[in-house]
Amino acid sequence: RDFNERCAQCSEVNWGLTDGGRFYCRSCHNVTERTREVVNTEFISNTRVQTISKGSRRQEKNDGACEWYVCEGFQIVLKKQAEALEALGVCPQMKDEILCNFWKCYLQKSKQAYCNRPAGETVKALSGCDSSTDVDSEPERPSVLHFLSLSESDGDLQTDCSFASSTSRVSESTSVYSGSVDGSLYFTKNEKDKLRMTMPMTLSFCYMALLWLREPMTLSDLLRYVVEGHVPYLNVFQHFPEKMKLCGLDLRIFCVESWPVYEEVHNKMHELAAFLDLPRFPDITDSCFLHPDMLCMKYLMEANLPDELHNWTCRVVKKIGIGEADFLTLVPGNKSTRKVKYDILAAAVVVVVLKLLFLLDDNYEWLLSDFAEERSKNSKEGAPYFEFKKWYKVIKCTVDAEQRKLDEKRAKYLWRCEKPLFYSAKKKSKVLKRRQMTVNLQNQFGKLSGSVRPAEKPNPSSFQLSWSEENTDGSCFHGHSLEGILQEKCGLLTAMNTDYWLCTVKLCKEKLCGHLGHYSEVDFPQSYHFVLRLFSFLLRIQPSYIHDEVCLIEHKLFNKKLCKKPKYKAVLRS
Amino acid sequence: SSHEHKLNFRKSKEACLGYIQDAMLQKQWTKAAEFLTFYIESLEKDFSREYMGPSEIIWRIGTEILCHHSHSSMREFNSFIEQMKTLGVKRYLKVCLEHVFHLLCNGLIDEAYQNLSLAESWRFGEQTAIQDKEMKLIQAYRGLLDYYSWSKQKNILLEHGQDGFEDLSVEQEMHSCFRKAAMNLKEIIKIPGVWDLFVKCYVDLLEFYGDHNEARQVLNEYAYNSKFPANPNAHVYLYQFLKRHGESKKLLVSTLKILHDIAPSHELMIDFNTMLQKSKKRKKRRLGLEVIFAALDYAGWKENVKAWSCLARQMKQIVISQKHLDWIKQEWNSRKDWWPAFHFSRYLAKRNWQENESLSYEKALVAGILLGKDCKYFKYVSHQGCKAQVKRFRILKKFMNRHNPVYLKISG
Repeated sequence: RDFNERCAQCSEVNWGLTDGGRFYCRSCHNVTERTREVVNTEFISNTRVQTISKGSRRQEKNDGACEWYVCEGFQIVLKKQAEALEALGVCPQMKDEILCNFWKCYLQKSKQAYCNRPAGETVKALSGCDSSTDVDSEPERPSVLHFLSLSESDGDLQTDCSFASSTSRVSESTSVYSGSVDGSLYFTKNEKDKLRMTMPMTLSFCYMALLWLREPMTLSDLLRYVVEGHVPYLNVFQHFPEKMKLCGLDLRIFCVESWPVYEEVHNKMHELAAFLDLPRFPDITDSCFLHPDMLCMKYLMEANLPDELHNWTCRVVKKIGIGEADFLTLVPGNKSTRKVKYDILAAAVVVVVLKLLFLLDDNYEWLLSDFAEERSKNSKEGAPYFEFKKWYKVIKCTVDAEQRKLDEKRAKYLWRCEKPLFYSAKKKSKVLKRRQMTVNLQNQFGKLSGSVRPAEKPNPSSFQLSWSEENTDGSCFHGHSLEGILQEKCGLLTAMNTDYWLCTVKLCKEKLCGHLGHYSEVDFPQSYHFVLRLFSFLLRIQPSYIHDEVCLIEHKLFNKKLCKKPKYKAVLRS
Repeated sequence: SSHEHKLNFRKSKEACLGYIQDAMLQKQWTKAAEFLTFYIESLEKDFSREYMGPSEIIWRIGTEILCHHSHSSMREFNSFIEQMKTLGVKRYLKVCLEHVFHLLCNGLIDEAYQNLSLAESWRFGEQTAIQDKEMKLIQAYRGLLDYYSWSKQKNILLEHGQDGFEDLSVEQEMHSCFRKAAMNLKEIIKIPGVWDLFVKCYVDLLEFYGDHNEARQVLNEYAYNSKFPANPNAHVYLYQFLKRHGESKKLLVSTLKILHDIAPSHELMIDFNTMLQKSKKRKKRRLGLEVIFAALDYAGWKENVKAWSCLARQMKQIVISQKHLDWIKQEWNSRKDWWPAFHFSRYLAKRNWQENESLSYEKALVAGILLGKDCKYFKYVSHQGCKAQVKRFRILKKFMNRHNPVYLKISG
């Protein structure tokens, strides 16, 4: 296809590839010596070779479009994402080796390529491109109504559905189509539903590769980079080559209009790992970024908490055994082990430590803070004593401001891409007219918006909040000492606080209601809510997820006490 | 701010809309415009299932912003509206109509007229029939503008007439405007609705050309056809017309009676009471008392000297004649619990006396009759009045002394 020379025999420019990889002229079947050197990585080699040697299919449609499979599209997406991650500092091995291999493995397992009979072939009859005489046993013929039942709560494209009113069978109607060959297949209910690829799954792939390489990037980091635009996700299809025409059902596959959700990406990643029959992932040891000891340190820094708290987090980690490689390392397919969410886990550990030291019952922490203040007046030298009150004020100010900014950014988010999309050729002119009007209106009101600079993409950074000890206003608490809230007992420094309240007396069954504990703002102390909110903001997830992990950690921590006395009060003496 | 971390297109635009609305409520037009630019892309994804879709929202919000933003001009506004017209064919005439209103508010009568004419000639398949109501309105407003032109020309003619000039072309144009206006105005007032402005103009035209019968019929229809919503103004216009044409008292009274029924606090109640008091018929005089008491039930009348003097006059007349005290008793029965605090408090006595002596006089008279000369109001005002040596207060005092027991009979 890339070869444009005229054939020596017939002067036509109509080339194909033989099985041996040589160019042959389709008009006169003259075989050249030229081989296809540059492998076009954007197209899967295997299926292409298969179909070319078959020769029964038209290679190009009239308008310069070519046939392409949905997985080819995803391959491009993954490639772009990997490149972006590399630009963010991830090692090149991820792109060149790991992700590639994962992807190839996936294609094989899902029989989309790299196998003898790609499933894509059976789609021929459904796509409305060419009718083929060779139709194998297919999955049940999907009815058009099936597509309608896939109600998209986003409401996207529903009104564009040109087939909404048609009830004819798929194979007969040409109104159900896609630019890709197998686009329609993606919406059929198939028993052999082998993890059909979706946009959120691309991130599952990326995260899986990152995890394999034990890169210093958590899932929440990754998702944040996606939202901030450092990793392509929304509108990636803009980068598809011209010949890959996107229309019809392709839009449903590639044009997402919502941000990926942590839970979904995480769960899919585990499913994928099992599906691909991957072995045990490389061990997460205490020198890895993802180890709770490391992540706790990071979160303590970001939350502007004293470094001394790190000792406490390490103690908790050790006590409940979540620092063990066996606990932390992913073993695909092992249903008995709990799926570890490294970032949420670490954040929860910090929360538990805060509860241990400050109780966080909306009363004690303030009294303790005053006490620490008193004590600090008496001791002049050394590091200042950490006072909860001061910390609270600083953090609240900052987080409120950042949250406000974030909310505004979300309201101002622009979802549409430069390239207008058409569901079908019929809609093209209407879409273009609308696009023109949209642009006009944006200009008109843009002029009235005053000189507002467009929101700049924030520089990618692992830390969203940073505190510097050089600030003389004393707003950095890293170097503060915990002496103000500790006391000496038997030669050891222990917390003054001897109480603890459990988030939940009994853990709920996750399978039933999806949560271990049930979190609502009004049921828990404000200080606890404040701390959850802080990490909820940093990790961009709902506070209830952190709350669940906190419940779990607490139950592990106080396991003995819980087992001994089935009936006990919520407040324990530790 | 929501800490909802799941974000999709719809939620993002909802949030954006929230910011726009906040900005508009605080009259921060620049900020509203800024957020609107981010909302506009919703157009490319019309939620046709929703009650109010993005195109309508953008039309309404955009209009507001362009109306108020300091940097916006009429030209910008017009260009914006033209785009809005193409956005939703189901709304086309509505948008046209609102555009016309806006032009009228800005004094651009000619442009408004052009737009109305243009809109009138619009046809779009079955939409034309569906938007029939809006079309009628458009025609009606064009009729109104025709009336306006007619009126201008009429004035020119009258002026010229005075100066002795005759202007044939102006006259012809005037008649032509009349025909156009009359035709359209006549149509709209056939439809049940509130068409005060149109009715007034139409009647004005008819009266000028001497078609009093038609005018009367129109006004009767407007006031009495039960299909039309109850409208005090309809009765007012009818009353004014009848009065202009010297109709009988009986007719005038019956017209105003209906007005009293539906709008007891209408300003014409004073005229009504005055008419009724003079009547020879007992029933009418009784009604007069009822009418004036009812009007003074409303806070807006509290300081209306004319109303109080009407009431005072009638009550005084009754007291002197000693006949029909039971009328006052009946009226006072339902009011004795709250009128004292409402009208006759000591605070009001002080205030009325300071601000409006006549008001305090009339009220004092009424208070004295209803509550006796020892009531707070009368005592204070009378004392002040006599202290200031105002003659009528001295007379009042004497009057009350003579007739004091009356209040006992009234309060029963």
